Amino acid sequence: MLDDLRTLLAPKILTARARARQKERGRGARTAILIGVGAIFWSFAFGVLYRLLAYFKGVPEIGPLLAGKLLALILISFFSILLLSNIITSLSSFFLARDLDLLASAPVDWLSLYTAKLLETCINSSWMVVLMAVPMLTAYGAVYDGGGAFIGLAIGVFLPFLVIPAALGSAATLILVNAFPARRTRDILSVIAVLAAGGIVVLFRVVRPEKLARPEGFRSLVDFIAILRTPTSPFLPSEWVGRSVMGWLTGSLDLLPLYLLWSSAAAVVVIGALLHRWLYARGFTKAQESGERWAREGWLGRFARTALSPLGVARRELVLKEVRVFFRDTTQWSQLILLAVLVVVYVFNIKFLPLTGEGITFFIVNLVPFLNLALAGFVLASVAARFIFPGVSLEGRTWWLLRASPLPIRELLWSKFWVGMVPLLVLALAIVGVTNSLLHVSAFMFAVSVLTITLMTFALAGLAIGFGTVFPRFETENAAQIPTSFGGLLYMMSAVGVIGAVIVLEARPVYSYLSAISFRGAEKPPTLELVLGFGLAAAVCLTATFWPIRIAIRRLEALER
Amino acid sequence: MIELRSLTKRYGSFTAVNGVDLDVPRGELFGFLGPNGAGKTTTLRMIAGILRPTSGTVRIAGVDLAAEPVAAKQKLGFIPDRPFIYEKLTGVEFLRFVAGLYGQSGQEIERRGRELLALFDLEEWRDELVESYSHGMRQKLIISSAFVHKPEVIVVDEPMVGLDPKAAKTLKDLFREYTRRGNTIMMSTHTLEVAQSMCDRIAIIQRGVIRACGTMDDLRASAESGVTGLEEIFLRLTGEALARELVEVLDA
Repeated sequence: MLDDLRTLLAPKILTARARARQKERGRGARTAILIGVGAIFWSFAFGVLYRLLAYFKGVPEIGPLLAGKLLALILISFFSILLLSNIITSLSSFFLARDLDLLASAPVDWLSLYTAKLLETCINSSWMVVLMAVPMLTAYGAVYDGGGAFIGLAIGVFLPFLVIPAALGSAATLILVNAFPARRTRDILSVIAVLAAGGIVVLFRVVRPEKLARPEGFRSLVDFIAILRTPTSPFLPSEWVGRSVMGWLTGSLDLLPLYLLWSSAAAVVVIGALLHRWLYARGFTKAQESGERWAREGWLGRFARTALSPLGVARRELVLKEVRVFFRDTTQWSQLILLAVLVVVYVFNIKFLPLTGEGITFFIVNLVPFLNLALAGFVLASVAARFIFPGVSLEGRTWWLLRASPLPIRELLWSKFWVGMVPLLVLALAIVGVTNSLLHVSAFMFAVSVLTITLMTFALAGLAIGFGTVFPRFETENAAQIPTSFGGLLYMMSAVGVIGAVIVLEARPVYSYLSAISFRGAEKPPTLELVLGFGLAAAVCLTATFWPIRIAIRRLEALER
Repeated sequence: MIELRSLTKRYGSFTAVNGVDLDVPRGELFGFLGPNGAGKTTTLRMIAGILRPTSGTVRIAGVDLAAEPVAAKQKLGFIPDRPFIYEKLTGVEFLRFVAGLYGQSGQEIERRGRELLALFDLEEWRDELVESYSHGMRQKLIISSAFVHKPEVIVVDEPMVGLDPKAAKTLKDLFREYTRRGNTIMMSTHTLEVAQSMCDRIAIIQRGVIRACGTMDDLRASAESGVTGLEEIFLRLTGEALARELVEVLDA
């Protein structure tokens, strides 16, 4: 069996090795940038957590409890991400991957196939979580003096923590593929995955973790400590990991959670394997049936055709193609559900912000619209990562057609930019408009917010096109997986950088201006500072819009596929 | 209509196409043959503007492809060997989209699209998403799309792969009629009977170099005496010792 497993995994390992050795122009610089940005992200995550944990450590009694609670929250988020990611990935690796025809016709035993595909699913779904977990665990280890053996413990608890959602996710997919009409499996699964993700976000919101940051909301300290001591979810692997880690770090290691982790991992793998043996062949056959769907141009299509005619034939057809492909691909449009959930949760949060009463100063009231802008920017960046970033990658298999046509690359990329940017801008203005109304901001701040978010939307869309082109994933079959690539991560980091830069450049002049007109009515408001701040912010946004697209055009023009 | 001058393509230290010079005049159906990995597809993809030559030039209808890519591609239709197209578009939407890339739309395109789909028996599939098409149907749709904007030159890589006998016959007739009207087709194929029966001239490429080029008579003359069919000429020119190798492999 081990020999079979080695043979089945060999193509993946050899491919990864060949890719690593591949000589490509600019690869060195790209790797250096990747390492640099990655290091900054890690240092930032580590630094923030380290400071927070060091502060917790100084608080007697409650400190370790708070640290444990924080760990539990992070781990439950990881677990949710892993479970969803594994469900989606296993559909590809077990049922849609291109190597399956070959494997299905080869004399490979079911257990080897299951193990190989489970490993593949687990690695593809988990690497990002592992990357995020490293600075987190390092911070815990450093603050609580975990020692060298802590690394061993961390690996020991994280391995089963990764295997459990992989086996559960694969089993869930297997059952779904068998239960639903085959033609719709992929569509249904995408919607279920997205609904589940939305559910988790809402659940997380309903739990209201911010209550923990406001102990005055509890009747007494005893109540507060009681809440902290209660496990969030005693039957979840994330809780077992949290208890093992905190147990080690506080010198009271309990072996039960470790035992639960490993035994549960073994159990779910065995159950998953048995399910695979019973159901896989049937499910695989069903998954091969192709869809049979009609689409005829209705009045909406004719209207769009007429409305878009000023763009010229080529651009109009590109835009229509983009819209059609998007709304017919369930893996893509279903993410709109998640987007809606995100926006609702976001607006809900803003609505319940306590912005009146004691301690709420002029500074805080004016800081909030800026934080709102930053958070709205982050939501928009996530949306752009989902919907604009994959645009070029999705053209991979049809690249021959675009390349052989007389359509200039510039037109293609700008069409993609506008198709993504316009809905993003509508969303941006809606979010900022609604939240600013809820926050009762002044007309001046309203104007600042609208102008800023418009500029930011241009920048976020430009960056998404740029990064999506420079780090394409041409071979990915599922559009939802593209933003989770390293390029996607890099895009999010850059987007956060641009949002941060814009906020920093604008915050001070706006604050000075508001203070001047509010408290020093007679004094001349610092208009020059304001113009300078906005000018620089606009320059950052415009650079982030045009520069990445320019690089993307050059990159695509040189692309040979 | 197609002029290649010292066309070369290197991938690192490997030379896929090595200094190819070729002229395909208007109204000619030109066959491009060669063993697997000889450089046929690379050459055709360079002519289609998908790959950039390492050196040398490609001219389409007198227009330099490197200097004026848009003008040159406007005159060109390309049919690849692997039928990858947008899965979520219907057949008719795909044709409209391709015509749109060439700046064409309207009733004329609708009519031509309908006729091309009917020609390849795809009419009843016109409003179905491409994801439900078979390999052969996709190939037929791509072939239709290459004709929809009426290019002067068509470059085809392995046109017969995946086609049923009726579609193959239709395609042969279409190619003949198309070139008879003064257009140009350059196609690569492994089906030597097709090349022999259809093409006005044939080039044989091996290891990136043109070994022979001309009419069937020219090729016969350039091969050793005593050969008549294209298969024999092909094997002689490319030096494939088929029978001996077969026995050795089966006995191994």
